[in-house]
Amino acid sequence: MSSPGELKLSGWEVGETRKLPGMDVKKIGKDLYEIFIGPQHPGSGHMRIIVRLDGDVMVEVDPDLGYVHRTMEKLAEGRSFIKVIPLVERMAILDACNITLPYVEAVEKLMDIEPPERAKYLRVLLCEINRIASHLYGMGIFGVFLGHSTMYMWPFGDREVFVELAERLTGARLTHSYPVPGGVRRDVPEGFTDDLRKAVRYMRKRLEEYRKIFLDNPVIRARLEGVGVIPRNLAIELGIVGPNLRASGVEYDVRMVEPYEAYGELDFEVPVFEEGDALARAWVRVEEIKQSLRILEQVADKLDKMPREGFMHDKFWAKAPKLYKDVYSREGRVKLMPLFANLKVPAGKAFARAEAGRGEIVYYVESEGKFTPYRVRVVSPSFRNAIVFKYIAPGHRLMDLPAIYGSIDYFPPEADR
Amino acid sequence: MSTLRSREARAGPPEEGRLYVGNLDAAARRARELLLGKMKLGKLVDWGTAFSLWPVHFTTSCCGCEFAATWSPRFDAERYGALPWLSPRQTNLIVIEGTVTKKMGCALRLVWEQMPHPKFAIAMGACALDGGIFYNSYNIVRPWEVVPVDVFIPGCPPRPEALARAIVELQRLIREKGVASKWIEEGEREDKPAPIPKEDLCSWWRG
Amino acid sequence: MSLDAVRSRAEEALRGVYTGVEEGKGFVAFRVPAERVVEAAEALKSAGFDHVKSVTAVDRPKEGVIEVTYHVSSYSDPELARGIVGITVSLPRDNPRMPSLSRIWVSAEFQEREVFEFFGVVFEGHPDLRPILLIPPLAEKHPLRKDFIVKEEQVYKGGITKLEQPP
Ligand code: SF4
Repeated sequence: MSSPGELKLSGWEVGETRKLPGMDVKKIGKDLYEIFIGPQHPGSGHMRIIVRLDGDVMVEVDPDLGYVHRTMEKLAEGRSFIKVIPLVERMAILDACNITLPYVEAVEKLMDIEPPERAKYLRVLLCEINRIASHLYGMGIFGVFLGHSTMYMWPFGDREVFVELAERLTGARLTHSYPVPGGVRRDVPEGFTDDLRKAVRYMRKRLEEYRKIFLDNPVIRARLEGVGVIPRNLAIELGIVGPNLRASGVEYDVRMVEPYEAYGELDFEVPVFEEGDALARAWVRVEEIKQSLRILEQVADKLDKMPREGFMHDKFWAKAPKLYKDVYSREGRVKLMPLFANLKVPAGKAFARAEAGRGEIVYYVESEGKFTPYRVRVVSPSFRNAIVFKYIAPGHRLMDLPAIYGSIDYFPPEADR
Repeated sequence: MSTLRSREARAGPPEEGRLYVGNLDAAARRARELLLGKMKLGKLVDWGTAFSLWPVHFTTSCCGCEFAATWSPRFDAERYGALPWLSPRQTNLIVIEGTVTKKMGCALRLVWEQMPHPKFAIAMGACALDGGIFYNSYNIVRPWEVVPVDVFIPGCPPRPEALARAIVELQRLIREKGVASKWIEEGEREDKPAPIPKEDLCSWWRG
Repeated sequence: MSLDAVRSRAEEALRGVYTGVEEGKGFVAFRVPAERVVEAAEALKSAGFDHVKSVTAVDRPKEGVIEVTYHVSSYSDPELARGIVGITVSLPRDNPRMPSLSRIWVSAEFQEREVFEFFGVVFEGHPDLRPILLIPPLAEKHPLRKDFIVKEEQVYKGGITKLEQPP
C-alpha cells in the first residue's frame, strides 16, 4: 500500500489503477469512478453490483449475479421427479410452497391428473401463508437496508406467527415440500383453522401500526418517494414481475389471469399502484398482505365446511398401504406416502406458472417417459427483476441504491437458482 | 500523519522497551508481551472475546433466512452477546450460511482475510458440511476448505435455536480451550487443516 | 377456449413465417427458421406479445441440435395474458448461432446471457454477451449440455464398493 502522502489526485491518468487504503480505485474516464459493492455488503443479499459513478450520481450499473448459483437445472436432470421438489424449493425456502407449486402443476399436467377439491384449498392455504411470510421478510430486509431497525424487528417477529402456522401444518419451518403430484402431503391438524383466524385478526391490527411507523413515517417517505421510479411502459418492456410490476400500474397477477388451484373460486382483489416508486412498492406488499388475509379467512371457512377426506388424488390414494388409510381414518392426517419413488411421468412438454411472493415464477418441464425429467427450466421472479438494477438505477445518487435494492425485494438464491 | 512520520524519522528506529504512540505495530507487540507474557491475562481475553462475538453480515445462501430469524424478536440471539455487524474489519465471527459456490468461495476468503484476529467460523447447514442436497453440483466448494471452521451445525436449514446453540458452544470452546488467547500468542491456527490456496479460489476474480 | 384465441392471434401474426406448430401442455410453440426469427419476433411484438417469460434451451444430442424457445406473453393485453406462445428455433449443436432478440424484447437480455453460458449459443447483435451466473472457467464448459456429466446419485447394492446408478 502506498503511503497517503504519495497520493496525488492530480495527474491521475484515465485507465490507471491506484491503491488507496484498503481498495483499488481505477479511473475509467474523466471524473468517472468504478466501485464494487458486495457480495459482502451492509444489506442482505449476496450479489455484486458494479457501479460507475460521476460524482455521486450513478451512470452505469452492472449487476453481477450468480453468487448463489447452485445448478438446480442440471441437478434436476439426474433426480427422480419427486426429488426435484425439495431441490427447487431451496431456491427460496421462505416462500417454499409458491415456488414448488408450478413444478408440481407441470408434472400434473403431464400426468393428466387434477388434485381433489380439498387438496386445492390446502395448497392455497399454504401459498397464502407463505406469501405473507415472504412479504414480511422482504419488509424486514427493507428495514435493514434503510437502517430502520424497528422495521426489521417487527415484521420478523410477526413473520414467526405465520412460520409457526406453516410448521404446524407441514412439520417444517421453511422447507415444507407440501404440494406433491396429485395432492398435498398431509391434511390440517385439529384446531388449525381457529388459530389461523386468530393470526389473521392479529395481523390486521399490526398492519395498521406498520403504516404509522414505516409507510407514513416522514423520514422514510423522504427517502422513498420518487426514488427508483419505473414507468408503466418501461415495466412492461423490462418484463419485471410481481409487486414491482403492480406498483407501476400494470394489472397482472397470475392468480387473476390464469386462476390455478382454487383461486378462481375465492374473492380477492389485486392491489395496483400508479406511482411506480419505492414507496409504492412497499405499499403494494402491505396491501397484498391484507388480501392474503382475506383469502385465508375464506379458505378457513371452506375447509371447516368440507368433509375431511381426499387430500390426495385417488390414483395414488388407492395404492396406499392399508396402514396409511387406517392412520388417516383414525387421526385425520398422515405423512407422505412412499408411492412416488418410482413415479414415471409420460413423455411431453409442459409449461406452468404461478404467482409467488416476489412475482411470477414459470417452469418448463420436459419428460421422456422415464424416472427423471429430461429438462427442467425455471425462471424465477428475482431473476426477471434483476434487470431493474441495470436500467432503473442509473441517474440516481449512490445513496439511493439501498432504497432501490430493498424496495425490489431481491432475493439472490432465488435469482441464481 | 506526515508530521508524525517526520518526527519518527528524526527519532530513528523505535527502541524496544518503550511504547511509541506513532508506531502501532511495535506498540501492539509490546502490549501483547506485557499482558500475555507476564500476567495470566489470557483468561481475561478469552472471557472477553466469548461475550463479544460479532458475526459479519455475509449471507452465502438460503440458510440466511434462519440466520436473520435468529436475531429476530422470537429467538433473540443478541442476549448471548452476538450481534451481526456490517463491516468485516470490525467483526470476529463468520457464520457461513449454507452453500458456498465457486464464485462465492473467493469472496468468502477475501472477507475472512479482512477480519482481524482472533476470528472464528461457524458453518451452518447441511450444505456447509458436505454439500447437502447439492452434493454433486459442479459449482460448489466445501466451506471447510476455504476457512478453518470451529463449529458445524447440521440441518437443512438448522432451526434458529440450533444456531443459538452453536454460538453458546463456540463460547464454551473459546473459554475452555483458550482459542482466542492462543491465537493471539501463536499468530495462527495450527489445529486446522490448511485451506485451499487463494490462487485456486480467486484466479478468475476481477476487481 | 381463451387459449385458442391467443393461439389464433399468434398464428395470424406469424402467418408465412412459421414452419410447424408444436402443442405443449400449457403453451403452444411455433417453429421458425433461424434466419427469420427476427421477423417473427417483430410480428409477435406488434401483435401485443410484449415480454419474454423464459428463454428455454434444450440440448438434443441425438438429433444434433439445440432448441431455443422464447416463451412470450403479454402484460398490456389482458386477453393475450391468458396464454403462452413460444417461438422455437433449432440450431446445429456444433456451431449454435442466432440473431439476438433482446433488441426487440429487452426482457430477454439476461436470459440470453444465461443461455449463452450454459449452452454456448451465440446471440449475434446482443448488446452485452458475457457470462452472467458462472465463473468464466466454468462457463466455457457449457454445463447444461447433455455431455457435461455430473456425478449422479448411487444406490447401495451390497458389498462395500458396489455402487450402481439407478435405472
Ligand atoms: S443447508 Fe439447506 S437451507 Fe441451508 S443453504 Fe443448504 S439447502 Fe439451503
